[in-house]
Amino acid sequence: MSIICDHVNFTYSRGTADEIQALKDISFSIGDGEFVGIIGATGSGKSTLIQHLNGLLKATSGHIYINGEDIYDRDYSLKELRNKVGLVFQYPEHQLFEETVLRDVCFGPKNQGLSNTEAEMRAYEALQSVNLMEDCYDVSPFDLSGGQKRRAAIAGVLAMKPEILILDEPTAGLDPEGREEILNLLKTLHDEQNITVMLVSHSMEDMADYAERLLVMDKGRIIMNGNPRDVFLNAELLEKTGLSVPQVTYILRELRQKGFDVDISATTVDEAADSIMRALGL
Amino acid sequence: MMRDITIGQYYQTESVLHRLDPRVKITGTFIFIISLFVAKNITSYAVATAFLTAVILLSRIPFSFIVRGMKAVVIILFITVVFNLFLTPGITFVSFWRFKITYEGLKTAGYTAVRLTYLILGSSIMTLTTTPNNLTDGLESLMKPLKVFRIPVHEIAMMMSIALRFIPILMEETDKIMKAQLSRGADFESGGIIKRSRALIPLLVPLFVSAFRRANDLAMAMEARCYHGGEGRTKMKPLVYRSSDFTAYIVLCLYFALVITAQRVGML
Ligand SMILES: Nc1ncnc2c1ncn2[C@@H]1O[C@H](COP(=O)(O)OP(=O)(O)O)[C@@H](O)[C@H]1O
Ligand SMILES: [Mg+2]
Repeated sequence: MSIICDHVNFTYSRGTADEIQALKDISFSIGDGEFVGIIGATGSGKSTLIQHLNGLLKATSGHIYINGEDIYDRDYSLKELRNKVGLVFQYPEHQLFEETVLRDVCFGPKNQGLSNTEAEMRAYEALQSVNLMEDCYDVSPFDLSGGQKRRAAIAGVLAMKPEILILDEPTAGLDPEGREEILNLLKTLHDEQNITVMLVSHSMEDMADYAERLLVMDKGRIIMNGNPRDVFLNAELLEKTGLSVPQVTYILRELRQKGFDVDISATTVDEAADSIMRALGL
Repeated sequence: MMRDITIGQYYQTESVLHRLDPRVKITGTFIFIISLFVAKNITSYAVATAFLTAVILLSRIPFSFIVRGMKAVVIILFITVVFNLFLTPGITFVSFWRFKITYEGLKTAGYTAVRLTYLILGSSIMTLTTTPNNLTDGLESLMKPLKVFRIPVHEIAMMMSIALRFIPILMEETDKIMKAQLSRGADFESGGIIKRSRALIPLLVPLFVSAFRRANDLAMAMEARCYHGGEGRTKMKPLVYRSSDFTAYIVLCLYFALVITAQRVGML
């Protein structure tokens, strides 16, 4: 599934005293099966942007094409769109409501019109894929631990079998193990089922490790669009917008300043290690 | 959609009214409302109109913004007027089919419409020019005498200010949960009344859970800061009257006297 945003603008509370233009002339395209990261300081419009991609917010001007179809066409079905584009909100565990975990995960598939059995099969599958053990399928979602709740909520979206999966800071507030688990889950989904993934995150390290391409947002605009290596080469611009580059990149930059001939475009720990080894001639 | 309701909302700007002590504004609103019920003829209403116009001008809030708050109550206004128009007995003005409009009906309907409009405008001005915190401070201070009757004035005021503080938070939360469930294919808009009420469960359960969670957090935070009720508690910004507040009280008294006089000597 491909996404194209064509000169999208969006203004909150238009025509009132506190109107605020949250998106300014956003254009980009994302191909089938890509893993794209969105970074940007708080308030730069990341959440606003992704809510456009499944039609929760409607652009004040501009067009969005999913698989080549204009989602603002009069006969384009929003329900269909939301079946194809799965959106996981920030702190998705706050949307759990059913009596048991399994029933909560079934909510999406049932809304898609599946029978009970089909919905439950989807739910099992989704819960398995997020590594939730079977002994918690029949307990109340409110009795789970924080990380388990988060994974149950993500399963609620996965069970709808979206072709594009968009997640708003899915690792916020989790411990390192929980973060790792969720990011690996995304990678598996992307690699094995060829799902297009868009990930909003504040962690430059995560982005360097997982994203194939980065969109950088600042004050409602996209200011950079490229692979993580190229984006992180531009540390000065990133810092000006309140962001940073991965820690290892800073270390390599320091080494370079001290006179080592290291490759400063390395963004992950492994790449950095390689680059240092090469510089040492080992 | 919910943002269109301006009743009870605060409008940030610089004006004489914004700077007035909340106690003056609460008392003033009371006096204005009472004056509306004292006034029963054109002269006295003219006085009230002049007063309201002056207050609106002084508040420096765009008139369009104030009027937007009226939208929510237009239906109530309409119903009241229609009932008054058709159901007041008296001398017939026009009649058609089974309905007849009387002179008295016309007059009552007109006055009721004006009275209700002024009432809402008057109280909106109070809330628009006073922050919720100030408003509850003022109420607490005005109700202090009630402590003699063992009414927990401080607690009531604290509950009010917490409730007011929570309204925007809960509205935002509702918006977020609604969007999250819409993303999971929820449908809040189609179907009959039963289907629609059932569709609210995925919205209401998380909303209640979140309200309780926030209440719990807040209680914890208050306890951590040694909150123990109103006894011996001081304020960072205690309410103190300034000379402009006394001037405002005098203006209010003059206004009320004027309305009564106009009612006595006026016509219609
Ligand atoms: N529901 C809303 N109503 C009005 N303004 C909003 C709303 N949501 C976000 N905004 C504003 O839009 C801008 C972008 O916000 P957001 O998309 O949440 O940024 P991010 O997710 O990058 O932190 C911010 O200035 C924010 O205050
Ligand atoms: Mg956000």
